[in-house]
Amino acid sequence: MNLNATLLAQLVVFFILAWFTMKYVWPPIMKALDERAAKIAEGLAAAERAKTDLQLAERRAADELRRAREAANEIRASAERQGAQILEEARMEAARIIAAARAAAEAEAQAAAQRAKEALREQVALLAVAGAERILRREIDAARHAELIEQLKAEL
Amino acid sequence: MASNAAPTASEYIIHHLTHLKNASQTALVDWSVFHLDTLFFSITLGLLAVFALARVARRATAGVPGRWQAAVEILVELVADQAKGIVHSPESRKFVAPLALTVFVWIFLMNAMDLLPLDLLPNLWAAIYGAAGGDAHHAYLRVVPTADLNATLGMSCGVLLLCLYYNVKIKGLSHWVHELFTAPFGAHPLLWPVNFAMQLIEFIAKTVSHGMRLFGNMYAGELIFMLIALMGAAWAGTVGSGLLWIGHVIAGAIWAIFHILIITLQAFIFMMLTLVYVGQAHESH
Repeated sequence: MNLNATLLAQLVVFFILAWFTMKYVWPPIMKALDERAAKIAEGLAAAERAKTDLQLAERRAADELRRAREAANEIRASAERQGAQILEEARMEAARIIAAARAAAEAEAQAAAQRAKEALREQVALLAVAGAERILRREIDAARHAELIEQLKAEL
Repeated sequence: MASNAAPTASEYIIHHLTHLKNASQTALVDWSVFHLDTLFFSITLGLLAVFALARVARRATAGVPGRWQAAVEILVELVADQAKGIVHSPESRKFVAPLALTVFVWIFLMNAMDLLPLDLLPNLWAAIYGAAGGDAHHAYLRVVPTADLNATLGMSCGVLLLCLYYNVKIKGLSHWVHELFTAPFGAHPLLWPVNFAMQLIEFIAKTVSHGMRLFGNMYAGELIFMLIALMGAAWAGTVGSGLLWIGHVIAGAIWAIFHILIITLQAFIFMMLTLVYVGQAHESH
């Protein structure tokens, strides 16, 4: 339990070791600790940012969805409108065609009637001429009375 | 103890309490004597401590730490937190906090030498010393540096120097001298000698108690290990000595387990007091 130079040596060693620690041990470890703390803080901030981003994206997606639905509704409405219009047009066209067909048929019928009348008239005229010819066989010269027959035919 | 005749109990203890030194010491204070064993173990353990820490520090990453790094980080954060709470100057903490870490790890390792089997290193040393041609009876070796008053007072004197340094640095020389004579009782000229005496006593008491506390604890612990070892050494084949041997095992185990607490606690106390004293040097009265 005597005091001697060991004390001084220990004192010097004490400061050398402390200096070494200050120089080579403490700063790298503190740096690592601080860096990790910064990293964690950054991570937390990023998570927070991601959360708000997600909310924003969800809101935007909902907006898009709503807009798409509206557009679809509009398209459907216009398609219905267009369909109705086409139907209407087709109906009118059909009516027009029917009317035209009817008119054509009527005209055809009239023309047929006219032709039948003409033919009838011709035949009647021929019959009349044939009758008159038979009656007047001798007195009437077909060539001479052609003008008369023609006149008769026009009158019929 | 590579001896032919078994030593008596008191011879055994005296042998274990004798330092390996360069010269025998007769006076109470002799500045020509070195305790070689204390120096060897304290420097070896000190280097082991700082290089182990430096190795971790060099590979320290801010990413996921390994177990070693995590353990060192816990230690560093513990010391850093304590330093931050006690020493309020960030500039001083740059040196004081690493110093406190060194002190804690170093003293812990030196104290932990107590947990090695008591005769392991001394016997090894005696064998080497004997093989080298020396007298194995005089192969002294004490393996616990902190059970040497020189080591503990050396460190507490280091803390004292630090306190004086920071007193001057923080307060300025004139302000500090003024404080030495006017605190704690007052600025009246009649009180100057009293104040100064009080301040001197305070510094001496701090330093001596700081070193003595650690020394006393470790010295006593070492002595108890020796007494326990004597129980086992009484083994002679009889029933009574057999019981003593069992007593050695039980008492040795209990004391060693308890000592784990003591060595850690004493290292922590020494570190905390270092911080406290340095912190006080920063505060004006």
